[in-house]
Amino acid sequence: MSVWHDVVGQPEAVATLSDPTAMTHAWLITGPPGSGRSNAAYAFAASLLCDDNGCGTCPHCRQVAARTHPDLAYLATERVIISIDEVRALVQKAYFSPSVSTYRVIVIEDADRMAERTSNVLLKALEEPPERTVWILCAPSEADLLPTIRSRVRSVRLRVPSIDTVATLLTQRHGISHDDARQAARLAQSHIGMAQRLALSPEAALRRAETVDLITGVTGVHDAVMAAARLLDIATADANALTKERDELELGQARASVGLGPDDPVPANMRTFFKSLEEQQKRRATRSLRDGIDRILVDVMSVYRDVLIQQLVESSRDHGDALINLEHADGVRALAARRSPEQALAAIAAIEQARERIASNVAPVLALEAMLIQASRQ
Amino acid sequence: MPWVVVMSGSAKPRRATGVPSSSSAIKVVSAFRVSPSPVVLCSGPEDFLADRAFTHLRTVLRAKDPDTMVVELDAADYVPGGLFDAVSPSLFGEYRLVRIENAEKCSDEFLEDVLAYLPHCADDVTIVIRHRSGVRGKRMLELVRSGDVPAIEVSCAELKSDKEKIDFAAEEFVRADRITTPAGIRALVNAFSSSVAELASACAQLIADTTGEITEQTVATYYGGRIEATAFAVADAAIAGNYALAMATLRHALDTGADPVPLVAAFASKLRLMAKVAGDRRSSNELASVVGGAPWQIDRARRDLSNWSERGLSNAILAVADADSGVKGASRDPVFAVEKMVTIVARFGIVAEHGHGASHR
Ligand SMILES: [Zn+2]
Repeated sequence: MSVWHDVVGQPEAVATLSDPTAMTHAWLITGPPGSGRSNAAYAFAASLLCDDNGCGTCPHCRQVAARTHPDLAYLATERVIISIDEVRALVQKAYFSPSVSTYRVIVIEDADRMAERTSNVLLKALEEPPERTVWILCAPSEADLLPTIRSRVRSVRLRVPSIDTVATLLTQRHGISHDDARQAARLAQSHIGMAQRLALSPEAALRRAETVDLITGVTGVHDAVMAAARLLDIATADANALTKERDELELGQARASVGLGPDDPVPANMRTFFKSLEEQQKRRATRSLRDGIDRILVDVMSVYRDVLIQQLVESSRDHGDALINLEHADGVRALAARRSPEQALAAIAAIEQARERIASNVAPVLALEAMLIQASRQ
Repeated sequence: MPWVVVMSGSAKPRRATGVPSSSSAIKVVSAFRVSPSPVVLCSGPEDFLADRAFTHLRTVLRAKDPDTMVVELDAADYVPGGLFDAVSPSLFGEYRLVRIENAEKCSDEFLEDVLAYLPHCADDVTIVIRHRSGVRGKRMLELVRSGDVPAIEVSCAELKSDKEKIDFAAEEFVRADRITTPAGIRALVNAFSSSVAELASACAQLIADTTGEITEQTVATYYGGRIEATAFAVADAAIAGNYALAMATLRHALDTGADPVPLVAAFASKLRLMAKVAGDRRSSNELASVVGGAPWQIDRARRDLSNWSERGLSNAILAVADADSGVKGASRDPVFAVEKMVTIVARFGIVAEHGHGASHR
């Protein structure tokens, strides 16, 4: 099955990326979180490295999926910013000619996480592109990159896939019933990875449900502080679970790519490779709590988005269908009744502020406490 | 007993604040480098260093003459003739060490006697003149520093910069023949930035209680809780509504180089516990296991709550979150951010209700 099959709900982007006449040496894939930027980037990479435009089954395609293809270099950001040394190393690789394929492909998953100085190192490489090297950058939007970089890449924009598209994907990939898949896609607000987790992991679904219950139940400073502590626990559990899943998947893929079964011992000549994978995973774990809180804040935000919808739409009519948190409709309605739309907007601003504060190193629990206090103010 | 007057033209003496800046022709040494001389002037506000110099002199003198007699005089409350009594040769010829306190507040009678004594000072006597600051006793100071009198000066200047304190602590360990790491010294100075006396006794404790190299880890083991102790002192005062004490403790901590981040964390932790125990009637033992914290902390939080309202506690926590954001880079003036927090907390969180909301600074 073609690698493009997994890039769901993005027909325009796929058309552009798979058009051989559109080929250029530097690409930028943009789209909101969960729209599948990295997914599209690696599908594109596979289509360039495969002898059959990304057949999805040949060794090239499988090696790209396992991130072990010799002509693929990539930067998946484990840290908050990409270091200048990491980019220098990639730029060096860009000047080697491909060893087995027609192209050498370099993916930078979070190109928005480069400081200006780092961007300039990349810019040099983009200005004098080696003939057979293709750069694929990913970022939430074009505005996240320096204009000098923007002007040297061809941009492909992904859109938020519809709930139905995501649900269909879940049904196809995992054989989940359409109703369950739709529910997961709705709760995840079409974030593909999140929807998949909610559909497949009962614990993840429970954690989300508890988050929403906590938010709708806060009425004072005591509640706020207790709920903040609980939210942090949930975020930690969520981050740990996700890290573990991701690490195991990655390790399994890496083993498969070198022909090792799950329980086979690692031969001596491959120890370095597995060691470096392990280190990469550890580094990623340090960032994961912050990401875990970020994910939870998306759920928190969805509650106040529902509250606003509930308030702004005539209350005489039933607008349950418009809610994200349909399963918590009673809590949402009660919250909407206790608040003015101005207060709901203030709550949304407070959530945004908490996100920014946590990103700039404010103690997470304190940022969450302040957020919940502001959100619950009458 | 021989004495030496060292004329030092090249050494740059460090002057204590408030000490007349007339040029000095005598040797200026640090407190632990002092050697017996007929006149020793301990100038500058740091009493600890003056004490140190005196103790050191006494030890040196007693090593030479175990019968050395110590006499103490108060220059502010001086009985005329007292100095001459103290320095006059004794029947048994013991060496005499005369400690003169409060020379910066000296009486005219003292001044008269000391000016008469200095040009003819005895060589089996050391007089130690303690002068903290100011111009009182100017003629005495000028004479001591003129080089015409066998004198040395001990700089008892306040150790202001971290570097001075680091040098001080490093010297303490060198004298004890102990090896330290730069990070170890720095950690120690950070923990005891508010008082040289405390810093010195911390050094002494480490020298006595540990063996081997003194590292950051050694310091953390012994004094890890100290920085937090200062932070909690500020938080305790503010939460009790004692604005003046909270501010004074805060300023002192910040002036002596305390990091504002643990300060804010101490506020957050106390207010958080207050919010957790608010309205919960369970016993403190039971609550301790639920909300975290020791039973005494629960009791304390309950007592603290008596002055607080629900709204006030909310505002206070918001102020702490603002301050944490401020000290972590959002504010160009982190000190102001912390002061604002202290002010709001010390008012039990009663604020004009516009400052909050999701404002971005
Ligand atoms: Zn293929």
